[in-house]
Amino acid sequence: MFILKKFGQLLVTVILVTLFASLLLELLPGDPTEVLIPSGSDQQREELRQELKLDQSFAVRYSTWLGNFATGDMGNYYTVSSDRPVSDRLWQSLPVSLLLMFYAQMLALFFAIPLGVITAYRKGTWLDRTSNTAAFAMLAIPNFALGFLLQYYLGVKLGWFKTSGYASPNESPIEHLQYMILPTITLAVGQIAIYMRLLRSDMIATLQQDFILMAKAKGLKSKRILFRHALRPSSLTLLTVAGLNIGTLIGGALIVEVVFALPGMGLMLFEAIGRRQIVAFQSMVAVIAILYILVNFAVDLLYTVLDPRIRNANKS
Amino acid sequence: MQTNRDTSIAHLDPSSLPTIEAIEAPSSHTVRGDRLGTAAWVAIAWIAFLALLAILAPVLPIPDPNQSFVALARKGPAAGHWFGGDAIGRDLLSRIIWGTRSSFIVGFGAVAFGLLIGGMLGLMTGFFRGKVDGFITPLMNVLLAIPQFVLALSLVTVLASGAGVNSTRRLAVVVLGLGIVSIPLLGRITRANTLAWSEREFVLAAKAMGAKNGRIMVREVLPNVMPAMLSISLLGVGIAIVAEGGLSLFGVGVQLPMPSWGNIIAEGRGQMRNSPHIVIFTSLILFLTVMALNFLGDAVNRRFGVRESVL
Repeated sequence: MFILKKFGQLLVTVILVTLFASLLLELLPGDPTEVLIPSGSDQQREELRQELKLDQSFAVRYSTWLGNFATGDMGNYYTVSSDRPVSDRLWQSLPVSLLLMFYAQMLALFFAIPLGVITAYRKGTWLDRTSNTAAFAMLAIPNFALGFLLQYYLGVKLGWFKTSGYASPNESPIEHLQYMILPTITLAVGQIAIYMRLLRSDMIATLQQDFILMAKAKGLKSKRILFRHALRPSSLTLLTVAGLNIGTLIGGALIVEVVFALPGMGLMLFEAIGRRQIVAFQSMVAVIAILYILVNFAVDLLYTVLDPRIRNANKS
Repeated sequence: MQTNRDTSIAHLDPSSLPTIEAIEAPSSHTVRGDRLGTAAWVAIAWIAFLALLAILAPVLPIPDPNQSFVALARKGPAAGHWFGGDAIGRDLLSRIIWGTRSSFIVGFGAVAFGLLIGGMLGLMTGFFRGKVDGFITPLMNVLLAIPQFVLALSLVTVLASGAGVNSTRRLAVVVLGLGIVSIPLLGRITRANTLAWSEREFVLAAKAMGAKNGRIMVREVLPNVMPAMLSISLLGVGIAIVAEGGLSLFGVGVQLPMPSWGNIIAEGRGQMRNSPHIVIFTSLILFLTVMALNFLGDAVNRRFGVRESVL
């Protein structure tokens, strides 16, 4: 029953989000064909108007758009000479963005978990204070500025990493990593700060619990207590924050892709905006939003599996 | 009133929590009593200083931000031009000061817009609950179902795509776009706090004395919800200023030649090899400002967190 209700909410949200995406063309001031193909002839404009059903009501336009979208027709890039489908590029770009976000998330957790645990354990020491200040600074660094600086100093000046472009992991895994390192670091910096700080405050509360005292009394080593006993209940908090962070992560990934010319969704959006390809833009926004909703839905379900209290709380 | 584990479970639905909430106060540093602490005053001084520069920009002894000096192109700091010049020889200091204007208008403007609408909706939904809540909260959740930057990008791209959009109009579009994005975030914080404060005895007392709902909301509940709103707003201003930079990178931020911190950095990226000072100086100012705003948000939280537990 709970799952069904959640699934119903999911469907409604997806429909509303697609409604928003298809409204974008409506919000465009003036004649959309003038924005899409500014140098097109009158005849070409008329054809485009027919194709986009601009002479019909919004309801018709929306249902056609939704039908096409659901069957994988994401519209076209419109040019005067030829129209190219958006979906071709979309399926190539999406994995790049997902990989970037995955790498950044892994890197962030790799640093944040030990740091969070240690600072909670050594609360109030210089290590705690230093990392707290560092985390505070890391949160304030704009990702694009950090990207430009890393790109220039580590990439161009020192020549350690590749600064722009991309290689597929299937064809050349090593080159792939060389291209991905800087974007991953750029995206991970803010995330490290967020995870670290949250894990720290959560762990401080956990460390005051009786079962930790029990574990100490049994004579277990600190390391074992911290990483086995105390970290486990905090995993739910980490999952919560990871879930909440996805939105920020997506936004950050789009920006970082533009900085490092990674051919993901961000770069695609960038090009679509630059060439005023609003139809393509709509599809990308819809795809990103739906992905976001699906991931949130998955995280939501995961809680239910991990923590029965939530299942029961939702029943009442 | 402190958030404990029990209340956090009710919040676990990811669509009901904002990401900025994850950016929490460094609570280990306790500030005693009613003081804000020296660091917070430094932060206030920095913001005030920039605001003053922004307001006084037209009368300050700095060159016109759009005037090119041929000899200054891509040059670092020089006599009379403390921050050097940009790609085409415009005085960087002057552009940053004028950029402070647009960046602050965007940051404070967007949050003020979001606070006005989101705050009002949050106060109403939290106070009346029931039908009002059942209608408005799902609407806000739809706005939250789209990643915030993507939502802002969509709104600004579309609204700024028409012909004849000048710099001023574009500035308004950016403020509006980022303002709309902040409505559900600010609304939810206000709602959550209003829900908690509306349960208190003094609200019940006011009701018992026959006070009207509007009066209770404004006189009893609002003053108590204010600190939380202020704290999240300060974070929001920083986020909005940075977001404008992100929009500039996509070519839809504040429109050149009108400078903003965001578009100075976005424009300066092409000059990293020869004159990295453009990006470095501007980023540094941006970084310090965001840090000051985050810090202030924190200080407000702590300052009122202390009093909250005393009540």
